[in-house]
Amino acid sequence: MRYLPLTTADRKAMLSVVGAKSIDELYRDVPREAYLTTLVDLPMHAGELEVERQMGKLAARNVSAGSVPFFCGAGAYRHHVPATVDHLIQRSEFLTSYTPYQPEIAQGTLQYLFEFQTQVAMLTGMDVANASMYDGSTATAEAVLMSARVTNRKRIVLSPNLHPHYAETVRTTAEAAGLSIIEGNETALDDKTACFVVQNPDFTGAIHDITPLSDAAHAKGALLVAVVTEIVSLGAITPPGEMGADIVVAEGQSIGNPLNFGGPYVGLFATRQKFVRQMPGRLCGETVDAQGNRGFVLTLSTREQHIRREKATSNICTNSGLCCLAFTIHMALLGEDGFRKLAALNHDRAVQAADKLAKVKGVELMTPTFFNEFTLKLAKPAAPVVDQLAKNGIIAGVPVSRLKPHDKAAQNLLLVAVTETTTPADIDALVAGLSKVLS
Amino acid sequence: MMNKQGRPTTGTATNGGELATISGHRGLDREVKLIFETGRPGACGVDLPEPELKHDRLGGLRRRGAIGLPGLSEPEVVRHFVRLSRKNYAIDYGLYPLGSCTMKHNPRLNEKMARLPGFADIHPLQPVSTIQGALSLIDHLAHWLKLLTNMPAVAMSPKAGAHGETCGLMTIRAAHHAKGEAHRTVVLVPESAHGTNPATAALVGYTVEEVPANERGRVDVAALKAKLGPNVAAIMLTNPNTCGLFENDMIEIADAVHKAGAYFYCDGANFNAIVGRVRPGDLGIDAMHINLHKTFSTPHGGGGPGAGPVVLSAALAPFAPVPLILHGANGFELIEDDAAAKSHDAKPFGRMTAFHGQMGMFTRAMAYMLSHGADGLAQVAGDAVLNANYILASLKDVMSAPFAHSGPCMHEALFDDSFLKDTGVTTLDISKALIDEGYHPMTMYFPLVVHGAMLIEPTETESKHALDEFIHVLGTLAKEAKGNDKRRFEGAPHFAPRRRLDETAAARKPVLRWTPPAKAQAAE
Amino acid sequence: MTTKYTKDHEWVRVEGNVATVGITAYAAEQLGDVVFVELPAIGKAVEKGGDAAVVESVKAASEVYAPISGEVVEVNSALVDEPAKVNAEPTGAGWFMKLKVKSAGELNGLMSEAEYNDYVKGL
Repeated sequence: MRYLPLTTADRKAMLSVVGAKSIDELYRDVPREAYLTTLVDLPMHAGELEVERQMGKLAARNVSAGSVPFFCGAGAYRHHVPATVDHLIQRSEFLTSYTPYQPEIAQGTLQYLFEFQTQVAMLTGMDVANASMYDGSTATAEAVLMSARVTNRKRIVLSPNLHPHYAETVRTTAEAAGLSIIEGNETALDDKTACFVVQNPDFTGAIHDITPLSDAAHAKGALLVAVVTEIVSLGAITPPGEMGADIVVAEGQSIGNPLNFGGPYVGLFATRQKFVRQMPGRLCGETVDAQGNRGFVLTLSTREQHIRREKATSNICTNSGLCCLAFTIHMALLGEDGFRKLAALNHDRAVQAADKLAKVKGVELMTPTFFNEFTLKLAKPAAPVVDQLAKNGIIAGVPVSRLKPHDKAAQNLLLVAVTETTTPADIDALVAGLSKVLS
Repeated sequence: MMNKQGRPTTGTATNGGELATISGHRGLDREVKLIFETGRPGACGVDLPEPELKHDRLGGLRRRGAIGLPGLSEPEVVRHFVRLSRKNYAIDYGLYPLGSCTMKHNPRLNEKMARLPGFADIHPLQPVSTIQGALSLIDHLAHWLKLLTNMPAVAMSPKAGAHGETCGLMTIRAAHHAKGEAHRTVVLVPESAHGTNPATAALVGYTVEEVPANERGRVDVAALKAKLGPNVAAIMLTNPNTCGLFENDMIEIADAVHKAGAYFYCDGANFNAIVGRVRPGDLGIDAMHINLHKTFSTPHGGGGPGAGPVVLSAALAPFAPVPLILHGANGFELIEDDAAAKSHDAKPFGRMTAFHGQMGMFTRAMAYMLSHGADGLAQVAGDAVLNANYILASLKDVMSAPFAHSGPCMHEALFDDSFLKDTGVTTLDISKALIDEGYHPMTMYFPLVVHGAMLIEPTETESKHALDEFIHVLGTLAKEAKGNDKRRFEGAPHFAPRRRLDETAAARKPVLRWTPPAKAQAAE
Repeated sequence: MTTKYTKDHEWVRVEGNVATVGITAYAAEQLGDVVFVELPAIGKAVEKGGDAAVVESVKAASEVYAPISGEVVEVNSALVDEPAKVNAEPTGAGWFMKLKVKSAGELNGLMSEAEYNDYVKGL
């Protein structure tokens, strides 16, 4: 077996040092009735070529986004990732290192985490950010729990236009933790409310000034949690931090990370300086070493599970390290000019697509404002239309009914995302396809 | 006549190495500024077409003012991150004996497979007819996990070990609620447990009660039984445990737990010790997360991402969270909402995350499992256990191993600091001296049940030669410490990119981001 | 003016009906460099043995329990900026809070300085 260095002779020599006759003997503490004497009924080991064949067959049964006109978004977006990003994250020293618990030999990881935290704070318009969470949806759940800790309150209000799967993730986590979840607008706020959770651009793609919501939440002593599922939007839109948000959580997948069928992604989490000790997750901080040289360490660890155990701010142990490195590198390549331009390009293409699609008979544009994703109302239920177009080699978008199956009003709604990867020919193909299916 | 002219080929005797360099760099080890300190307006590492749009649809919310991101060209970005990378230790570089972390070789084939466009470039919400291969892969991986654990079901969506624990306890909670036993509010956790266990129990709304260990480093079964009662929802036990020992009373514990109406959660962090040789389902376990980034070698990536599928017993299976993958008439179906799940007799407790889990980790783990097969995986566990016992046997006399008297260890060897008594040398000093010797230190000060713990997990991917070298180094350090020779410990590490870092200063006045110099000054 | 000690390594010094509370030199040394102190709100009623404050070093966090019941009338806000005072002068400038004593009788169950020193020696 190519990954196992011990030879039969090695094993024999080592067993004699250990004082055992066989490896089986080392398992003497296992109850005999539970110790397998035969192999599990699975195939035997295989060489690289054979594994590649098997995996390749499965991969070939999927329609990859890059192979067709493609318009899915709803929390995961197809962007171009520069070749540099994937090359650098595969450096052994990044790919195969552990959490930086020994800072003297992990400055590479620690410094990029510090740079990542700075980038996220800048993008969201907040004071501080952590070293990443699993993804946007779990980060939102953590933000809700943190709001409850900060305010010492148990009532959570979710905006109806929060991504339905985010809302379910929050509901599942928060209810187990003893919080109550209400869906409503700012009139549902009261003086027992811990936070109001609002997505911007919202699930339909529409953009809002959330300043009045922040004011309304603050008037009741509640926090405003802002959710961003498309981080590229912050290259074009006023960031939540400038609209009064207390916690900003986001999905960072769009920068540096492929679609990956939903994971791994990278959750961004930013807040105000005064709440820093209530934050979940890892934090990297600047310090000096014994010779006075600048260096970085994991810090404020007493918030975390490995020290605080049942009193920790979260049970999270990993972050999304490599995805967060990909984000940091891609963002470094973009810089101010590139990131702004990327956002403008996304908006530009989306406006072109929306205008062309709105002219199709049986299509109505439902979102007058949007960034790179908008909602169309079709003359027919959207899900069968999408299936029909998929058969013709066009992935037209996400039918809202897939995320809100019980909402009759959502049946004919289609979410369409357009990024810099979308070509004019792709847009024309969707226009032609929709015209045909809806006629 | 021999030519004696030319460049010298041996080192000179001067102490030039002591002199600070002009640049601050030290040979291959370069000082690296932050991107924010080297970037400047106008530079950019990507070329994008010019946007054409004149009128935006942003509703008057166009972002004004600079974000503050630095501008850098592509070569500058490449150098920045390559130079940073050289400051990290890595499993590709050497032995990484962090106990409880399973730092094993990460095959590059897995990386190649995960990057096939058919896996990496598919969207979680594209039509199910267009992702049949992806669902088939997840189903295939689930099949392997179920067979290797002898458990009937597995929830695939949890994103890491701790997320898996959350999923497992939520499943248990849902099962109790369904039986009308919501009054069970206590979760028992041994004192040797990972911190995530009590943190997870608290997150899911449970009160934590600790169970003590016995002198053999195992759970005190009598104390455990005394704590079992009508208010106990579950026990969370790590097996093999964090002392690197197999809990030999597992079946007795499982019986007692079930008799008390509670469920048995197993922390599967140490599954690498038993994969292919012991199936948790045969031990009476109801739920266990599997860290794909440990046992199945998806790379740790400097702290993540992980993946933590949870295998479930028949009693818990119906309560698994959405999404569910089912075999339908037209291929695989993806059940994403509770109502649809109920029509398939499932009673999901909810949803762990927006999408379907860590696909990028599933593909890597699958490639790893196919490569090893049933025979290779059993050998993985056997060699991991042999390597750990070899270290234990080789060092137990020169160091101190609190549980060595109770027999062989599993995949990790635990030492305490009693051999350092009165030497003035600490576990931390030993760790930092190991850095100078070219090794990543072992896990230190965990588990908490022994003083000054040093937990060594070599994994199966170390050769005997590599272990012999490590044993020689660590054994010599131990002997020097005991002989009151502290030269290697004082101020160590000396040969790392940084000396010991001031964590106190970092925590007292946290600096968590770079701030532009002008702003930083104004704030003072 | 007497100073009494608890088994959890708090000290309490009573002057009139106001008790000053802090952690002992032994506790401060065991924790290591204190990096953060979380103090109770003024006006909060604390119960004997209940959570009153939190003290943190880099690798440990520890509750400070109220040695006696009472109402918090003053906290040492200097510790917020200079937690190092807890290490430098644990029984002086490193005090945590002042309580309005609810029942002076609760002091009787606590250790004297000599008793506490013996207790620490036995640890």
